[in-house]
Amino acid sequence: VLSKCYSSTATRTVTLIPGDGIGPEISASVQKIFAAAQVPIEWEIVDVTPVKGPDGQMGIPQALIDSVHKNKIGLKGPLMTPIGKGHRSLNLTIRKEFELYANVRPCRSLEGYPTMYKNVDVVTIRENTEGEYSGIEHIIVPGVVQSIKLITRKASKRVAEFAFKYARENGRSMVTAVHKANIMRMSDGLFLQMCREAAEKNPDIKFEEKYLDTVCLKMVQDPTQFDVLVMPNLYGDILSDLCAGLVGGLGLTASGNIGEGGAVFESVHGTAPDIAGLDLANPTALLLSGVMMLRYMELYDHAAKIEKACFDTIKEPECRTGDLGGPAKCSEFTNAICKKIEAAGH
Amino acid sequence: AEFPHAVYGGRHTVSLMAGDGIGPEMVNYVKEVFTTAGVPVEFENIKLDKLNNKQEDFHKALLSIRRNGVALKGSIESAYSDPLFTKSRNAMLRVELDLYANVIHCNSYKGVNSRYDIDTVIIRQNTEGEYAMKEHEIVPGVVESMKIITSLESVKLAHYAFNYATENNRKKITCVHKANIMKASDGLFLETMRNVAEEYPDIEFSDMIVDNMCMQLVSKPDQFDVIVAPNLYGLVCQNIVCGLAGGAGLYCGSNHGEKFSIFEPGTRNTASYLSHNVGNPVAMLSASVAMLNHLNLKTHADVIGSAIRKTISEDMIHTRDIGGSASSMDVVQNVIKHIKAHL
Ligand SMILES: Nc1ncnc2c1ncn2[C@@H]1O[C@H](COP(=O)(O)OP(=O)(O)OP(=O)(O)O)[C@@H](O)[C@H]1O
Ligand SMILES: Nc1ncnc2c1ncn2[C@@H]1O[C@H](COP(=O)(O)OP(=O)(O)OP(=O)(O)O)[C@@H](O)[C@H]1O
Ligand SMILES: [Mg+2]
Ligand SMILES: [Mg+2]
Repeated sequence: VLSKCYSSTATRTVTLIPGDGIGPEISASVQKIFAAAQVPIEWEIVDVTPVKGPDGQMGIPQALIDSVHKNKIGLKGPLMTPIGKGHRSLNLTIRKEFELYANVRPCRSLEGYPTMYKNVDVVTIRENTEGEYSGIEHIIVPGVVQSIKLITRKASKRVAEFAFKYARENGRSMVTAVHKANIMRMSDGLFLQMCREAAEKNPDIKFEEKYLDTVCLKMVQDPTQFDVLVMPNLYGDILSDLCAGLVGGLGLTASGNIGEGGAVFESVHGTAPDIAGLDLANPTALLLSGVMMLRYMELYDHAAKIEKACFDTIKEPECRTGDLGGPAKCSEFTNAICKKIEAAGH
Repeated sequence: AEFPHAVYGGRHTVSLMAGDGIGPEMVNYVKEVFTTAGVPVEFENIKLDKLNNKQEDFHKALLSIRRNGVALKGSIESAYSDPLFTKSRNAMLRVELDLYANVIHCNSYKGVNSRYDIDTVIIRQNTEGEYAMKEHEIVPGVVESMKIITSLESVKLAHYAFNYATENNRKKITCVHKANIMKASDGLFLETMRNVAEEYPDIEFSDMIVDNMCMQLVSKPDQFDVIVAPNLYGLVCQNIVCGLAGGAGLYCGSNHGEKFSIFEPGTRNTASYLSHNVGNPVAMLSASVAMLNHLNLKTHADVIGSAIRKTISEDMIHTRDIGGSASSMDVVQNVIKHIKAHL
């Protein structure tokens, strides 16, 4: 994935961005669980309160940028994105700054928490830097707006190649390119072309291409037919949340933004201001993002141990937090996981 | 104002474009059913498909629909890999005829195995947005694709949606968008919906961001009554909803403008890989029923419509796509049996 030029036993420093709202609580929970599992990580905690930059615009503090540049790896809680207050989205800035071009979201049915969809195990890989979210819009004449979707060979190629690499490194067998090239022949066509070329270079991984609409149709009918999906920005936004919905929502979904400059793993739910500070939040999404991070750092044993303890805890109804219909507080859920880890021994 | 349909000696003439894949087989079933039911409709067969795709064929099709006002249609293949195609003929027809509203009413069939019981209408902008098909390669390897949203088309769609809700006793409209990112384009769509909503105080109006919408649809679909959406988000919502309610073989869609209407299977697939006598004829048969209602042939529509419902929900004659083992013809023969019992 990234140049992994470090030994897997030495302690590594990771940037931790607790975030807003419930962010600090769920971050504390993850730190506690990682400590229980004796993960060889040292956290560098940074604040993201926006500061005024040299251009007069509000943006993320330099200390955060420096920290991620140094550590190359971060774990991040939810950030508030104030609407219309004249400063750029912090999430977007982080992605841009570190060229985090691939957003990866594994969605897997939790054994202990059944939904209407059984045995879901799909990974969505979303191009994260261009496409429909290029931010270029014009009002041509009053009442006529043009919004530009930008697709480049370079960005499409790297995310397509990443998808195959990810599939191989994670023991997966098939990559599906999701597109709408029957309508958007040049833009989605270019994206699709890059996927086809990447497929040719990776003959050990099965490749198929499907229309966005067909994927939506089939995903809700039988999600087990999909494995790894790769797609342009907007389709990825849509399908990643759709797939999260299949397995119980954003409170349970891990996410990682991976790119040239490093990797930042994050929970994708909001800041949940309604329950912030009340010890009611579910830390699972951030914890599983942390597990993804450990695998990325090749700390496979620690990842497996924490993941198992988390899944086993969710299996017990009395240990679940309120959003999953259980009575447990965030701290109680956290302690239950720690106990299981300690019981499993080191 | 009602646009006059082509009626000669009490018989309507309707343009028929069978399209590709299972389209031709499916429209033949419609013909068979119409003959049995004595429907006063003549079909004008128009060849517009992957083999008949010259500009001239396209113009003939336009001319025919403009003359007749109404068409029944299968999907025309426009695969990306086909070098003969530049633009989707399906999309071009909608643009040329200004069929700005696409409507799917997904009402689950009793007896069909599905994850949720659904009764939702999706009204989708059908002529602009991401389907503007204006693309350029600025420099090699960099492509721009325009999404166009206009207040004129958004207003037309808004009124269509609110009138639809009013006439069909629907209570609630949810507008799908991504106005937090696409502030100008989706922002215009959303703002237009909001403004028009004020003229219809009896209909509850709300909005939802498209990614959240998709997550909600797969987990709590019963919260939605009527969904109104720009082109691409509409496509996504339609396919999720149809997928949840039994798949692509059951529901029909209709395309409407001020003057013309086209009826077709809702999710617009060609299903090219299905062999003969395997596909579900219900989607196309339902499209023909919707067309009869549009032509005001209510009695015929009711007889055929209830024969379809009985076949699926009572006799449980199901094709493979909905988990049964019946052939297409088994379904059609059973529908015909009910129609005959009614004559
Ligand atoms: N990790 C979590 N644990 C428990 N409940 C959660 C969690 N994340 C979100 N929720 C709940 O889901 C609902 C929506 O949450 P969300 O964070 O998106 O709120 P929001 O008001 O949209 O905040 P933001 O503006 O930061 O996105 C809230 O009721 C919240 O309590
Ligand atoms: N009437 C039908 N009966 C049974 N299955 C159907 C029917 N219509 C569509 N399907 C199924 O729905 C799925 C999607 O259809 P299809 O592959 O044709 O769509 P597509 O990918 O949009 O391609 P195309 O552009 O060729 O239509 C397929 O599995 C197809 O077999
Ligand atoms: Mg999203
Ligand atoms: Mg939120």
